Amino acid sequence: MNRSRLRFVVGGVLLLALPFLLSGRGYLVYLVDLAGVYVVLTLGLNILTGYAGQISIGHAAFMAIGAYTSALLTLKLGAPFWLAMPVAGLIAAAVGGFLGITALRLSGHYLAIATLGFGVAISQLAAAWEPVTGGFQGLKPPKPSLFGILFNNEIKYYYLELAVVVLLVWLAVNLLRTRAGRAFMATRDSEIAAQAMGISLPEFKTAAFATSAFYAGVAGSLYGHLVGFISPFDFNLSVSLMLLAAIVVGGLGSIEGSVFGGIFITLLPQLFSRVKNLPSVLTGVVLILVVLFLPSGLADLVRRVKLRIIARAGTGAGPGAGVAAGTSAGAGGEGLDVSAGD
Amino acid sequence: MSLLAIEGLTVKFGGLVAVNDLSLAVEQGAIHGLIGPNGAGKSTVFNCISRFYKPSAGTMHFDGRNLAGLEPHQIIGLGIARTFQNVELFRRLTVLDNLLIGLHSRTGGGVVSGAFLLPGVRREERQARARAMEVLDFLGIGHLANQSAAGLPYGQQKLVELGRALVSQPKLLLLDEPAAGMNNQETAELGGLIRQIRQSFGATVLLVEHDMSLVMSLCEQITVVNFGRKIAEGRPREIQQNQAVIEAYLGEEAGPGEAHFRDAQGEDRPERGAQRA
Repeated sequence: MNRSRLRFVVGGVLLLALPFLLSGRGYLVYLVDLAGVYVVLTLGLNILTGYAGQISIGHAAFMAIGAYTSALLTLKLGAPFWLAMPVAGLIAAAVGGFLGITALRLSGHYLAIATLGFGVAISQLAAAWEPVTGGFQGLKPPKPSLFGILFNNEIKYYYLELAVVVLLVWLAVNLLRTRAGRAFMATRDSEIAAQAMGISLPEFKTAAFATSAFYAGVAGSLYGHLVGFISPFDFNLSVSLMLLAAIVVGGLGSIEGSVFGGIFITLLPQLFSRVKNLPSVLTGVVLILVVLFLPSGLADLVRRVKLRIIARAGTGAGPGAGVAAGTSAGAGGEGLDVSAGD
Repeated sequence: MSLLAIEGLTVKFGGLVAVNDLSLAVEQGAIHGLIGPNGAGKSTVFNCISRFYKPSAGTMHFDGRNLAGLEPHQIIGLGIARTFQNVELFRRLTVLDNLLIGLHSRTGGGVVSGAFLLPGVRREERQARARAMEVLDFLGIGHLANQSAAGLPYGQQKLVELGRALVSQPKLLLLDEPAAGMNNQETAELGGLIRQIRQSFGATVLLVEHDMSLVMSLCEQITVVNFGRKIAEGRPREIQQNQAVIEAYLGEEAGPGEAHFRDAQGEDRPERGAQRA
């Protein structure tokens, strides 16, 4: 209890101090801001794919819907950001729910192809519907302002985003610990048993699509106002595929995994950005390595390292403690083997 | 009036008639056995009650209510819960979560109320957890609550599945081969447990089972099906002496006698594929 509170406080202080730890270097803070956008996206996609077991290969489309909605609301109607962002999420959720309903009869490969088609169609639509979306000229969403503060640099934007990301993580954790979240996971593990327990597959598959699209819509809004420019290129198929890679690398069906995955896909290409083509090659290599050696993703790696540390600390602290820590680590290890065996 | 009344049930898969004009009445408070040789159509009957299969003909009434037109997920809400022939747990979840999902039909939180942890949801979750723990303790597996379901030995998985069905307080409990894969001692304990479930939960039980010693000692009423048709019905003693039943199990050349009948159970087990098809 005490320990988890301590971790909570330390984590909070670190997050609050992060821009200063990066000594205010604008570009690094900007990358962190961008990582925040992707964390929201991977959270949403993980709810759909990792928790509810439904694949989406067109997820960038929901991000596009959110980004354009938010940009148009602020640019053309002069709506404030605090209104535009949630509305962007809700409109994406409505479209997601609609796609969910049409996709109810599909599963596996067929669902993958349907969502792929949807993703391609939306980005084509963004390109073709010039009077509204500006076509390839794109749109320039304004910097958001809230309570008279204009979030016009990376550091200010960081705090705005931090609040949104923390809220969305909290909501996701709660959702997945309560009835609807359990219904998602039940649907993933056994559709037959889920129905026998009273879970309506149409209701909860649609809800999973809508929830996931809501996150993507909010992320799209955050993205547009952060970058200050959106065009159809920002939401093409490769973005959708990267998101899918991110949740696999991070860990399917894991909140921490979503966070790791979101940070991973933002930072990895940047680390090697001066070498042509290397980022995508490296992403591919890491993806293969993770699938081979960490079927439960980076989240699993972190868990294993933690168990190793506990076990090692235990052997140093006298025989009694050593045995206790050893058995708990053993039990954990067993659990991991089982999940790896799945 | 019977709790469950099935009349003239017929199920066809293409040209195959899996269940043929079957009538069955399960009385309130009974432990009723549904038995029969390989591929007789027993599981098909269960899947019709669960609405996974839509019958070609016949009616099913539960507690006076017509089951026709209901979707599979609406059945448990009426008070019919079931287990599966091959355990169908939510494998990546904990034992406790499996039971909490068993309470899905008895609770009402949605996506938004759950995400914001509204006070109603908090209260409901607390009550659901307490209820699930009660049932786990009743089954003697309370200490497994936070274990992953997939990691448990088969016998315990079957208990978890039983708990998942029980937690919703069903009026009718459908058990599809509860003793499959259990040794003799476990099977004997299971018999006691099922009686206790009827007493403590007030549940009526309909079970498909191949272990004849369990069926004969446990059930008050037994229905025997073969090739989708009902061939006998009655009390255990009547069934054991019924010539049609003995022939169905042993073939025509076999002699009479319940000793043979009992021996037949061992050969009955490897039949899953045939019945699913």
